[in-house]
Amino acid sequence: MDWSSNGAAGLLGQIGPGYLQDQRTNILLGTVLIVLIVAVIVGRLLRRQPESTASPAVVHTFNNRVGAWWLMYAVLIAGFLVGYGMTVTLFGLVSFWALREFITMTPTRRGDHRILFWTFVIVTPAHYVFVGLGWYGLYTVLIPVYALLLIPARIAISGDPKRFLERVAKIQAGLLICVYALSHAPALLHLKLKPSTTSPPAVVAPVTPVAAGTANAATPVVGAVAETPTVGPARAAAPATQAQRFGSSAGLLFYFILIVQLNDVFQYAWGHLFGKNVIAPQINASRTWEGFIGGVLSTMLVGTLLCWATPFKLWEAACIAGIVAMMGFAGSMTMSGIKRDRGVKDYGTLVSGHAGVLDRIDSICFAAPVFFHIVRYFFAEIPAGG
Amino acid sequence: MNLTAPVLAFLAKLLSGATVRWHECQPDTCQRVYFANHTSHLDALVLWASLPGPIRDLTRPVAAKDYWSKDAIRRYMARSFGAILIDREEIKVHQSPVDAMLREIGSTQSLIVFPEGRRNVDEEMQDFKSGLYYLSKKRPDLELMPVYIDNLNRVLPRGEFLPVPLLSCITVGSPIWLEPGENKNDFLKRARQAVLRLKDV
Repeated sequence: MDWSSNGAAGLLGQIGPGYLQDQRTNILLGTVLIVLIVAVIVGRLLRRQPESTASPAVVHTFNNRVGAWWLMYAVLIAGFLVGYGMTVTLFGLVSFWALREFITMTPTRRGDHRILFWTFVIVTPAHYVFVGLGWYGLYTVLIPVYALLLIPARIAISGDPKRFLERVAKIQAGLLICVYALSHAPALLHLKLKPSTTSPPAVVAPVTPVAAGTANAATPVVGAVAETPTVGPARAAAPATQAQRFGSSAGLLFYFILIVQLNDVFQYAWGHLFGKNVIAPQINASRTWEGFIGGVLSTMLVGTLLCWATPFKLWEAACIAGIVAMMGFAGSMTMSGIKRDRGVKDYGTLVSGHAGVLDRIDSICFAAPVFFHIVRYFFAEIPAGG
Repeated sequence: MNLTAPVLAFLAKLLSGATVRWHECQPDTCQRVYFANHTSHLDALVLWASLPGPIRDLTRPVAAKDYWSKDAIRRYMARSFGAILIDREEIKVHQSPVDAMLREIGSTQSLIVFPEGRRNVDEEMQDFKSGLYYLSKKRPDLELMPVYIDNLNRVLPRGEFLPVPLLSCITVGSPIWLEPGENKNDFLKRARQAVLRLKDV
């Protein structure tokens, strides 16, 4: 929460933390946009290379990845522009599609039909509605408690005992990974981040007219609130914090997705360049210890360098990026395990011949709940009774 | 073509998440008979919907009259996707369904048929009924396209009315024809094999 730790932030601090935070998010978004444009150009150039210099398979994977990133970027930006509800809805659709791929891949029996209908049509949308409403107490238990009890009961009532436990576990796992775990990413937006401790209210109060002026142009809602106080330091600080909350949690979500995706790239790159000791050849032949360690360290480095876009201090950002990197790795390994069990290479192969949605979000699914809880417990205001 | 047809096709594709693969063949508007395994009530609708637009407009699925004329909604849907409804009860008494199908398609349209006659009760594909043989005998110029429909039985199994939106896959294989002098049983066995082979491509 050290806003004035770098020069740019100190300068922008004159305007007020709310606007400042959005500014930082915008810088991050802009930087990533430039990187993505460069990636497209590099992809085009690589495609023109002769096969001897660039392996077509690698170039193809790279271009597919870049395509997926553009899609993710577009989804996040659309969400940020339209608002919180849009982000939750878009993540809900991603969950729905991932669950489709997951259940398509795992054999179920006739007796599971009704509970599958419930899972897709009632449980998944209901969960996302509660995430959208920010009812933390309900959405944290709806799937892991109530849906998990409902599934075996409904299958038992349908009267087919064959491979009962296995079928129950498949649907539960799909729901937990594709819906419950992933929904923690958009849920970040609902967290009320603690206000900055290093920019005292007194600094904000004199510049309230400026803040109100700029805020009016950008976001009318914030402007309307900011105009009301008759310059009492404490009251003036409140609306600024309000603005800062959304801006910074949107930035946090973006930061999170960014480091998870970078971690995938780093793990791949390190494994490709220096990989020797495969961790579990039967699960995934391309995941090596070198790739894992190199990937986690690189992610920690980048995560730390990007800490200006987050409420984290340097060492906090390093730890969090490290944890996120390890969880992302765990997610990829787990999904590889499930894929090997089902005898498929990608979740998309059954359907469209290229990697599916689930292949792209496996690391996000595993890292999202951990990142969410770290932010919630250490950087957010937990409402009384929450 | 009426206005509901594209909407219906879009919804069917969205719900069934169907992807179509043309294995060793290309989509074409020439007269064809698509013959597929039958696992769900949705088969005819989804297979028809997943054909490219211009081909879809020229293709008529053959469907069971007792199911598709049961209520107003189903009758409307069947009309929208141009189904040729065949009465399964009165097949041999008055007229041969093969003649009716050939009359309907004339010299421009294509057919979608399910030679198993009824949907599979278990996973195993049943033996083919002879209709495909007679179709080919009367119109040897029709290209017979084997089609394998995967996973649609999980979207809407027999006896259920609420579909689960899983992803399904439709594979169209290279055409076969009735060989000169080939007898009925050999031909039907070969046709069945042509569909089964698509399961693993």
